[in-house]
This record gives sequence, structure tokens and C-alpha cells, in this order.
Amino acid sequence: MWAYWQSVPAHWREIPARYRLEGGECQDCRYRMIPREDICPKCGSRNIKPINLPRKGKVVNYTVIWNAPRGYEYYTPYVIAIIELEDGTRLTAQLTDVEPSDVKEGMEVEMVLRKTRVSGESGLIAYSYKFRPLIK
Amino acid sequence: MRADRKVGIVGWGVYVPQWRIRSEELARGWGRDWKRYAAGIMVEEKSVPGLDEDTFTIAYEASVNALRRARIDPSKLRAVYVGTESKPYAVKTTATMLIEALGAGGEDRLTTGADYEFACKAGTEAMQSIIGLIGSGMIDYGLAVGADTAQGAPGDALEYTASAGGAAYILGPAEESIAIIEASLSHVTDTPDFWRRQHERYPAHTRAFTGEPAYFKHIMTAAKKLMGLIGTTPDDYDYAIFHQPNGKFPLRVGTRLGFTPDKIKPGLITPYIGNTYSGSALVGLAAVLDQAKPGQKILVVSFGSGAGSDAFHIEVNDKIEEVRDLAPKVMDYVNRKRYVDYTTYARYRRMIRMLHDFSAY
Amino acid sequence: MVYIVGVGLTPVGNHWSKSLRHLAVEASVKALEDYGKDVDYVVVSNMLSGVINGQENLGSYVVSHLGKIGTPAIKVEAAGASGAAASVVAQGLISSGAAEKVLVVGVEKMTDYTSLEDTTSALSTAIDSEYEGFPGGTLDAMHALVMREYMKKYGVNREDFSYFPLLMHKNAVDTPHAQLRFKLKPESYMRSPMIAEPITLLDLAPVSDGAAAIVLSKEPDGPNGNAEILSVGHATDTIAIYRRESLTEMPAIRAAFSEALERANIERGSIDLYNIHDYSSVLGYITTEELGLAERGKAPELFKNGGADRDGPTPVNPEGGLKARGNPVGATGVYQIAEAFLQVTGRAKGAQVEGAKTALTLSAGGLASNVIIHLIRGV
Repeated sequence: MWAYWQSVPAHWREIPARYRLEGGECQDCRYRMIPREDICPKCGSRNIKPINLPRKGKVVNYTVIWNAPRGYEYYTPYVIAIIELEDGTRLTAQLTDVEPSDVKEGMEVEMVLRKTRVSGESGLIAYSYKFRPLIK
Repeated sequence: MRADRKVGIVGWGVYVPQWRIRSEELARGWGRDWKRYAAGIMVEEKSVPGLDEDTFTIAYEASVNALRRARIDPSKLRAVYVGTESKPYAVKTTATMLIEALGAGGEDRLTTGADYEFACKAGTEAMQSIIGLIGSGMIDYGLAVGADTAQGAPGDALEYTASAGGAAYILGPAEESIAIIEASLSHVTDTPDFWRRQHERYPAHTRAFTGEPAYFKHIMTAAKKLMGLIGTTPDDYDYAIFHQPNGKFPLRVGTRLGFTPDKIKPGLITPYIGNTYSGSALVGLAAVLDQAKPGQKILVVSFGSGAGSDAFHIEVNDKIEEVRDLAPKVMDYVNRKRYVDYTTYARYRRMIRMLHDFSAY
Repeated sequence: MVYIVGVGLTPVGNHWSKSLRHLAVEASVKALEDYGKDVDYVVVSNMLSGVINGQENLGSYVVSHLGKIGTPAIKVEAAGASGAAASVVAQGLISSGAAEKVLVVGVEKMTDYTSLEDTTSALSTAIDSEYEGFPGGTLDAMHALVMREYMKKYGVNREDFSYFPLLMHKNAVDTPHAQLRFKLKPESYMRSPMIAEPITLLDLAPVSDGAAAIVLSKEPDGPNGNAEILSVGHATDTIAIYRRESLTEMPAIRAAFSEALERANIERGSIDLYNIHDYSSVLGYITTEELGLAERGKAPELFKNGGADRDGPTPVNPEGGLKARGNPVGATGVYQIAEAFLQVTGRAKGAQVEGAKTALTLSAGGLASNVIIHLIRGV
């Protein structure tokens, strides 16, 4: 049952990524990534700066989850997708405000901020990025 | 009240969740005849927050939309106040999360932040304070949000209208605004028409007592006093927006004040999405800004139970045409909808006691 | 040179009355009795003892219950490849002279978690917890993304995946220690419930308890059978699959395989059987493709046409693989090596591949993010 209880410091330090989609850009090879790494996965450089990634992208792959991990069970069925942002950066995120049957590869989506993990009635509410079809 | 330094609206934005439940379906849940209720309150359906939504997520998207229209760097915001009666935390200010999500106050977060509570007028209360901060020269830009995921007691009359949504207003120097807030006024008394005790899930209300001594008295007093002080009459205004607990009250109070329905209807959004409580009058104002032309004058009078009203005299200027289309409009959100039945509604509104409430969904 | 000289297995299943220590002791005692002599080091492999059983410090834990207090011992973890990793560590101890005989025991007690949600969370510690898990992803969901990509890329449909579990179950019927010893009907696969689309229940290994133990020695001095570990190939890949260039290719498998072949100095044609890590059907297919048993996208045909059968040209998982023998995660790697050892010493009973002398085992942690291949030959 441990899994649902979000560690407060662990969430707090991820806030720049979770609230603002902050990632990293290697100053040597220009590779962009989320999370921001200390060492560039492409060229090994240590020179990586924080960067706010673009908020729009498209779905490149997705699955509909029926067997959820602890803490997410009331959301099923929900969609987990690999999203490619406008600048090519990829990340894995939950989709929201969309029927699983309406999800298509290539679908344009934009970032929203939603409740992701809530530690019961008394614990922390961990908000994070999710993606949904464009409003306009 | 007038500030030495003129203050205006630099950007506005709204958010309404996509889920809707029809009044008919709510009535069915309790074995009631919906025609009696819906016709009486002029609300066909209301918005329902999704499982992963709350006042903060609503405030956030409304604020992002306001920033799109304001076209300022969020680091310039030096005050963020969120008015709501459905705080995600009883103690932990929603504004802190909003500040972090927007990057208000820059890297060092040099901004003031607080949550306001004054029932449905918490958002306009936030606005009054921001006008003061800018008008005194203490800051240049501030964000006032009115947002709620209103708690409708199951089987109660208010269940038909208690909905979810919010509006965000970025205020700044008049010369940069799309509309100037020429003057404002607040009227507050101790009138216990509707309240929620600290640990209760749902509010209590006093039915007919919420009418004349509360809603009508405070709105009419604030409206008349403001117009009296600045020397305007209903004829001077192109739009009159009132707090809208249902579709009927704004028309009734507006008519009594001397406004014609055609001035009230453009800002009357409750019939489509229900009463967004702290968002109510502010979402109505946003709907008007979505269409208002330069030179037009707007009167906004909110009402919060407990009770009080805030009144504002707003004049639209040329800049509005430049920014209007930079973010989704009220009707874009109103028209984005998916219906749920009472069972799903009860699930989304956390009305069902679950076995393992680990996620408190 | 390191030899496998003793083996002991518990049956794989739901062992309600047995805890971690009971399982570990049962397998260890069998292996020590099979070998007949003592060991001077114990390496324990396990993935979830902390998460599920609230127990770490498994080195001390196991020696305490095994009556070997004083013997040096550690726990090794590499998700699904833990067992193989423990063998790698044991080989290192022997090659360096730090030990002469090492007991490698893999143990996992998954059924102490009774809720599916908790088991899912536990297994998902193998993926990136902050950037795949926290958004709501699971280990099964990552396999689903790979499966969807595979189906799209090669024009393979869901029914083409049924050949894999069908063969696994058929093989498990002949395997005394397997968990799911029953044949599957083809219709069952298509009706199988969705876990994470398009992965269904029958695409995934079951939840299992079990322990397997082998004894490694620098001499082939096992009285009942000996096998030489010809080589190990070991490679890693990105843990988070959204960072990968391709979801349908697993370069860690290719790299580990070519390293193993080179170090063993053998041709791939001399491998008599393949004991691979089929956490899901699609991982099973891609693994066989990366090992060169089929061209990319053609693995379904290999399994459909009998090429992977026990009596076929390239037998795959003659005991039933993770799917049907079972997957007590941290122990599975040792089961694989133990099974290969029994095969190449002619003692695999009903699961025996005739004339098997050289076997390949492939253990994978996460989605082939940690791949360890053993090549072993009966002596």
C-alpha cells in the first residue's frame, strides 16, 4: 500500500518539471530532454541548462490502462501516451478530457495541470502535467 | 473607491470543465419532477469537475488564458489572489501553487499571494485588493482569480446549480489595459443567508431569506451607491453583469435597477453551466469582454453570501480588439461538453464512500 | 573457468504457507544436497523483498535461516535479471579467488501482496518511477506501448501473438516445477481480458512465489552433473522507453549476445536451446528476433510453424518460460540457469530437449534495460 503515499520532498523537487514542463537543453549538442539530466545522454556533456519546454505536441504512441497501480485505480480506464512536443522532445504522460476510444496516433495535444496523485484525505495533492486535445 | 493611479484589465481568461449533468438527470437521481425546478431557475445543465480537477487546476488554466491575452511575462505579476469557497487545502494557499505554476514574481518569487473567501464574491474581493495595490503604485501587475468546484448538497435545491469553473483577471496600469476600472465600491454586512461551517462538506442555506435581505438588498445597494457616487444611470451602460446563482435572479435585479434584459443576457452564463460561485460574475464579465466593443461601458455587481457586493464601473478601450482572440472564449468552453449520469456525477464529486480511499480521487 | 555443480528448485506457484525464508531454505538445501559439499559464499537474488515483504539485508537473512551463520553473503538486484546478475557476481567471486564454491539462490515471495494494484505498483519499480510511473504508467503499460508499435510496424495483429503463450503452456505441462501446467485454447487468448491495451492477461507472466538455487564452483566436482559457464554477455539500455530511438529493437540483447558468443568463441548454430525472458509475448518475439532466430517482424511465424517447439530446430523456453513456468521475479534468472543446467546434463525430465549440450539463457530487467546472457555447456 506504500505506493500511493507521495513523498513530499520528492514531489516538491519535481515541481519545476511537473508544473512548468521544465526540462533541460544540452548547451553543446542542443539535445533537449525531460527530466533535465546532469549528464547529456547524447554527447556526455555536463553543460545542461534548464529550459521551459513547449506546451503543445502530438501523440506518437499510447495504451489504455485497465489495471492501474495503487492510487490511480479510480481513473481507469485511462490513457498513457508517449508525446512528442513541438521541439521534438519526448515524454510519457497521462491524457485527460478525452475518451480512450477517441485517441489516435498523431493527435495534437496540449499540456494542462491536473491532480495526479492524491495521498488520501489527509496527505499531499501532487499536481502534474497531463495532456488533452486542443481546445482551440 | 477610486485609485490615484488608474487601473485596468490587461488580460482575462476563463476555464470550465467539460463534464455536464442535466437538471433532468439530477432530478431523476432523487425521484423529483425536473420541470418544476429547471423552469423555476432557468438552468438546464451544470458543469461538473473531472476526477483530476479542482479549484487550483481551474484557476491555473483560467490564468494561463489571461496571460495569453495580457501578453506580459508572468514574472511581472507581483500579487496573486485566488477567491474560492472550495479550497483544495483548508490550510495551504491555492495562490502558492498558482504562483509556482505560472512563475509569478520571477525566479525569486517576489510576489504576495493569498486565498480570499467571501462566498461567491471572493473573486471580486481579490480584484478590489489588486486595484488597491496597483493604484497605490505598490505593484504594476496583479492576478485576481475567482474559481470554485461548488459543493451542492445531494438532494438539495442548490444541487441543480452548484457547478465548477473560474475566471482570471490580470490587472495593470490603465494605459496598458483593454478596459479601465474607473471606480469600484463594496458593501458588506452581517447577513447570514448561506454558510458552511468549518468541517462540513456542504453549505447550509436559508431558502427565501437568501433573496430579498441578501442577494437583492446588497446588489441594489452597491449598484445604486456606485452609480450615485460617479453620476451614472443604467442608460449609460451597455452591459450589466450580476452575480448569477440561477438564470432568473440577474434579470430580476437588473430590471428592478432599471436595466433592460438585452444588457443583462450577454453576461448571463449560468443557464448553460450553472453557478460557478466565486467564478459567477467574473465568468459573466469574461463573456461580455469576449464581445464588447471599444467605448462600451460595463457595470459588474457581484454578491457573496454572508453577505456583500462589489460593484465596478468598467470602460472598454481600443486594445481589446488586439487580444480578444488570443485565448479560448467563454463559449468555446461552454460548447465543449460531455454528459454524465448521476452515478458518474456522484463518483466525480466524491459523494461515494470508497473502501480504500488512498487516492481520495 | 566456472562450473555449475548443483541445483535445487521449489515448484513455482502460490505458496501461502511459505515465506521468503521457507522458500529460500527449501531451494538451497536441495541444491546443497545435490552438490554434496559445502559452500563458502552465498549470493541471494531478489527484486521485491523490501517493497512486498518489508525485508532487506537478504544476505544475513538467508544465511541465518540456512544455518550458515558466518558465511559471507549479499543480495543482488537487477529487476527481472536479478538471478542472472547474482550468477555474474558469483562467477566474479570465484574467478578472483575470493571464493571457491558459491551458492546462488534466487527467491521471490510476491503473493504477500494480495491486491492487483499493489502488485502492479511493485513491479513498476522496474520502470522510471518519476517520469513513467508517476504519470500513471506501469510495467505492463510499457510492454503495451512496445506491442502496439510492433503491431503497427510489421502489420501483425493480436491473433499472431497467441502462438507464444500457446507454446509456453504446452511446454509447461511437461515441466514438474511449472506454475501453470495446463494447455491453452486459442479462443482463450482472443477472449483474454485487457490489462493495458493491447496487452491482455494471457500476454503476461503470472504472479508467482518460488526459489531456485545453483552451486557454482571452480572445479567440475558435482556428483550428479556439471556444466561449464562458457561466457556471459551483459548490456544495459535506457530505463525509460520514451527516451529510446526504437521501441521494437532491443540493442542490449544484440550487444549481450555478440559479447557472449565472442567470449565463448562458439558459433550460434551450436546453441541447442534458448531460455528467454518472456515477461510479455511481444518481449518474447523481439528477443527471438534480436537473437537471430527470426527476421524482424517474423517471430510470430517462428512460433506458429513449430520452429520454436521443443523438438523444433531452435527450441525456445522448453519449460514454459515466464508465461507458464512462472515468474517469481528476482528468482527467475536462477530458474533459467537451473533449467538450462538440467537440460545440458540430461536431467530435464519431461521438458528435455533431446541431445541438448549447449544452452543460452537470457534474463532481462525492465524492458531489456538490463540484459544478461549465459552460454553454458554440459561437461
